[in-house]
Amino acid sequence: MTAQDWRQELQEVLKKYPVKQSAVLEALHIRQRDKNYLSDADIRAVAEALEMPVTEVEALVGFYSLFRRQPSGKYVIQVCTDLPCALRGAEAFYRRLCARLGLPPEGGTTPDGLFTVEQVVCLAACDRAPVAQINLQYYENLTDEAMDAIIARLREQAQG
Amino acid sequence: MVALKEHVLLRHRDVPDIRSLDVYLAHGGYQALAKALRTLQPGQVTEMVKASGLRGRGGAGFPTGVKWSYIPKDAPTTYVVVNADESEPGTFKDREIIEGNPHQLLEGTALCAYAIGARVAYIYGRGEFRTLFAGVQQAIDEAYQAGWLGKNIQGSDFSLDIYIHLGAGAYICGEETALLESLEGKLGMPRARPPYPAQVGLYGKPTVVNNVETLANVPPIVRNGPEWYRQFGTERSPGVKIFCLSGCITRPGNYELPLGVPLRVLIEECGGGAPEGRAIKAILPSGASSHLLPGYDPELHLDYESLQAVGAGLGSASFIVLDETVDIVWAISKVTRFFEHESCGKCTPCREGTYWMVDVYRRLLDGRAWPGDVDLLLSIADQMDGKCFCALGEFAICPVRTSVKHFRAEYEARLPDRGM
Repeated sequence: MTAQDWRQELQEVLKKYPVKQSAVLEALHIRQRDKNYLSDADIRAVAEALEMPVTEVEALVGFYSLFRRQPSGKYVIQVCTDLPCALRGAEAFYRRLCARLGLPPEGGTTPDGLFTVEQVVCLAACDRAPVAQINLQYYENLTDEAMDAIIARLREQAQG
Repeated sequence: MVALKEHVLLRHRDVPDIRSLDVYLAHGGYQALAKALRTLQPGQVTEMVKASGLRGRGGAGFPTGVKWSYIPKDAPTTYVVVNADESEPGTFKDREIIEGNPHQLLEGTALCAYAIGARVAYIYGRGEFRTLFAGVQQAIDEAYQAGWLGKNIQGSDFSLDIYIHLGAGAYICGEETALLESLEGKLGMPRARPPYPAQVGLYGKPTVVNNVETLANVPPIVRNGPEWYRQFGTERSPGVKIFCLSGCITRPGNYELPLGVPLRVLIEECGGGAPEGRAIKAILPSGASSHLLPGYDPELHLDYESLQAVGAGLGSASFIVLDETVDIVWAISKVTRFFEHESCGKCTPCREGTYWMVDVYRRLLDGRAWPGDVDLLLSIADQMDGKCFCALGEFAICPVRTSVKHFRAEYEARLPDRGM
């Protein structure tokens, strides 16, 4: 994303609010969108654009769970393992997914940098568990086979 | 199934494609707003909502019309904020309205704005719903084009802009004052109340914060009248409610029912009971924030008062079913871990209390329990009770206390052998 693109997109967001700071979550989302994490430069850019102290922006990044401060996989796979999902086998599903990707049971990032796998709290899809979001897209009523097919497709997509 | 003849809220189940404006209009859409703009004073809309007995569907159950009536009449700037930060484990009803029937939400929001004199409304959606909100934005765009939003709606003096604002992952932002902080670009931590948002809300202006499902009730109430709405439900809990059914249940999902139906209707007729005919051991009736109900009483009536009478609450009506195979200590450890993860850290009792409870649960599950651990859990709960800054901490202790109360033997079975 060029500096000009980002400023243009931010200008559109700012139109919604009487105060600039209200746009901070969206600004951070825009900076994070393409690479799945926020660098020091991203945080400085947002702080500068919205006339906020860098430390305040940094605090927000720490507070809100969708922001990532470390480089992550191209595809972030987030599996809900909260109680309703766990009652439908989501914990075991998660462990099997990690094992098939060669990751430890708690998750992590594959060595090729393609997939980051992690457990998250409720995604409001309890009736369709196991459920995952991959870069915020919903995948519901998952089985091991369905997940394998999704992963194969994403691998292809990444190569192509 | 004992169901309504047709859905009042989940209308997309009866009318496919009602998410598009043409179909919504062809099925009575925006008639309530047109009626209000033509024939009702703003105060009369509030009176109708009051008379309907509609109560907040986000969990607190506060009378909606009363909430609106607290907005000062002479305030030059007011706001409507729609709470679409649906994050309570076991709750997935607002999501279905957002996806399936977005115009009804927009119309309800517009009616609220008309009633309180707001010219701007924000829909605060949880960040995880980003892809779903593309559909809501499409509905908003259509409504603008057809003159149902924007300047001088349908030639009237009433103008309204609705904007979507997405959060970024924080359960606490479902608490209305934390939500307002977050909307202002700050950490989502609750504010001291009073002042309530109706006096000092978004950007310091009088603000109504209403849940998605609450506002979706408003167009049919205004269109058909409060008496029509009161034909559903009970005297003190009028109307319809979406019940989210999850956990150990054959047919999980959302079920829209009149308030006051017996639990049997939800669990058996809608949900098909626990899988493989297993017995139900306990139910969490309002998601993670539940007083656990032991066993299964098919005749328990599903309304605000009846749930209260058995020491629980209807809350957001998110019924998580636990069958006889479920380990209660494990189940409540999951819920407690959720609250620990989502505690915003503002107040010590919640931040520390949830942390310590999780620590005790970890010991109980790992076979490292200390002899006094069950009492320690209760002691931590006592030390949090009434001392937390907002409801999150207070809710965190409900499932812990009630599960120990009803299933103490399961907890004690995990304590070290007393003979040693």
